[in-house]
Amino acid sequence: MLNIDKISKNFGGLPALSDVSFDVQKGRLTALIGPNGAGKSTLINCITGVLMPSAGHIRFENTEIAGQPTHKISRIGIARTFQNLKIFPRLSVLDNVLTGLTCEGGDSMLMAMMRLPYLRHRERQLKLRAMAALDRFQLTGKASWPAGILAYGDKKRLELARATVGNPQLLLLDEPVAGLNSEETAAVGHQLKQLRSSGHTMLLVEHDMDLVMDIADSVVVLDSGRCIAVGTPDEIRTNPLVLEAYLGRIEATA
Amino acid sequence: MLQDFIQYLFAGLTNGAIYALIALGFCVVNNTMGIVNFVQVDFVSLGGMLMFSALFALGLPMIPGLLLAIAGVALVAMVIERFGLRPARSDNHLVLIFLTVGLSIILRGVIKLVWGKNRMALPPLTPDKPVEILGASVLPQALWIFLLTLIAIALLTWFFYRTSLGLSMRAVASNPTAAAVVGIPAGRVRLTSYAIAGALGGLAGVLVTPITTLSYDVGVLLGLKGFAAAIFGGFGSFPGAILGGLGLGLLESLSAGYISSAYKDVVAFLVLLLVLFVRPTGLMGKE
Repeated sequence: MLNIDKISKNFGGLPALSDVSFDVQKGRLTALIGPNGAGKSTLINCITGVLMPSAGHIRFENTEIAGQPTHKISRIGIARTFQNLKIFPRLSVLDNVLTGLTCEGGDSMLMAMMRLPYLRHRERQLKLRAMAALDRFQLTGKASWPAGILAYGDKKRLELARATVGNPQLLLLDEPVAGLNSEETAAVGHQLKQLRSSGHTMLLVEHDMDLVMDIADSVVVLDSGRCIAVGTPDEIRTNPLVLEAYLGRIEATA
Repeated sequence: MLQDFIQYLFAGLTNGAIYALIALGFCVVNNTMGIVNFVQVDFVSLGGMLMFSALFALGLPMIPGLLLAIAGVALVAMVIERFGLRPARSDNHLVLIFLTVGLSIILRGVIKLVWGKNRMALPPLTPDKPVEILGASVLPQALWIFLLTLIAIALLTWFFYRTSLGLSMRAVASNPTAAAVVGIPAGRVRLTSYAIAGALGGLAGVLVTPITTLSYDVGVLLGLKGFAAAIFGGFGSFPGAILGGLGLGLLESLSAGYISSAYKDVVAFLVLLLVLFVRPTGLMGKE
């Protein structure tokens, strides 16, 4: 479904990604792991058009998306969450989730003014879907709160609710459990499993190895901007290259 | 005494409503693009001019003329955003602000070319016979100003809180990066914000020029006062713009009435400065 083909990204001559290639298959949960600074967030930013790759191709359902503006990529069905939250602090929790549906409710002002009854009906439908998403992530009671005052864990879940409400074809999750306690992590892990069993395709960037090994179908390992391994969680667990990347280059220093 | 006071009150609220409309226009563009749009001042002049032409060149009645003038300014505003600002492809706010200064001068020049430099008179929306309210005599045009300002505010509120495009615009104002990520097209939001700013400025022009007079640069001073009102209320805040506009109008008319009309601008702006010294974010501004 998503095909990363020899992606490179340089920042002022410094390579952050070099020749990274892998596929994300439909209906599966692919995890992207690697030590800090391996280039995981850079790659996610390239996929969503926040950054422009220096070279290579990114194809989504055989359409080239590298270099497209962010909002277009979002509109073809790729939703994401952020490592450092990007919510709308001044909007209510419900409105935050509704923004995830603006692609579907996108009318011009003229249309909004003319087709009132039809519009009202549809806005109600969108609201029901947003409430259902809030319900999935246990945020129903806080629907009218300004999102800015939510606790950290709630903000993380709000981003998940916003990203999933439009039923995206591909969901990119950038460290969804970073900073959460073990209880909250388990809850989010449970949510992700549910999303996968309902057919969502996901690319998960995560440092929490227990979570990754528990829920991923396949794992891609980045180290210093290179893709060093692709495989099932069991293969990755025993891969010497991966162990080396995580535990340090023992031979080199010895 | 009381009668005088009520008279000043009405005069202040009338001007204040106009400042509020202009201030709202400044705020809409500021919230979606983060810039001060100086073309706003010329939207006011253009509104009056289009109304003049709708009435005397096309021979339209008042209400269709008013709607046509407002729609015309909104359209011009959209053209200015699409072909004047967007080709700059710059995110540098200073560059964009100076572009609006340049575009403002160009638009003023075009207005001067089309309608000339002479002062013109625009008739009020209904015949000019003052009505007595609480012992004060009030022009019907002032009542029109109150009514149409209220309608404009109601429409804006409905648009921002009840439609998905309005939600998109609030989202962009709150966090532009996040807005792009959820698929909100920045271009359409900018275009809409300009259309709204144009409509608000145009409405202000149609309403105020029968009281002042109509000339190609009538909007400049009014627009700057609207800008001051927006800052007074807290730049970017809609309730602040309304409050700031009415506040500035009242300050002006009360200082003109009780101190001296020669110093009304001085007194008004002095109070404005004092407020900003105490509360730099304005009356309703965010901390």
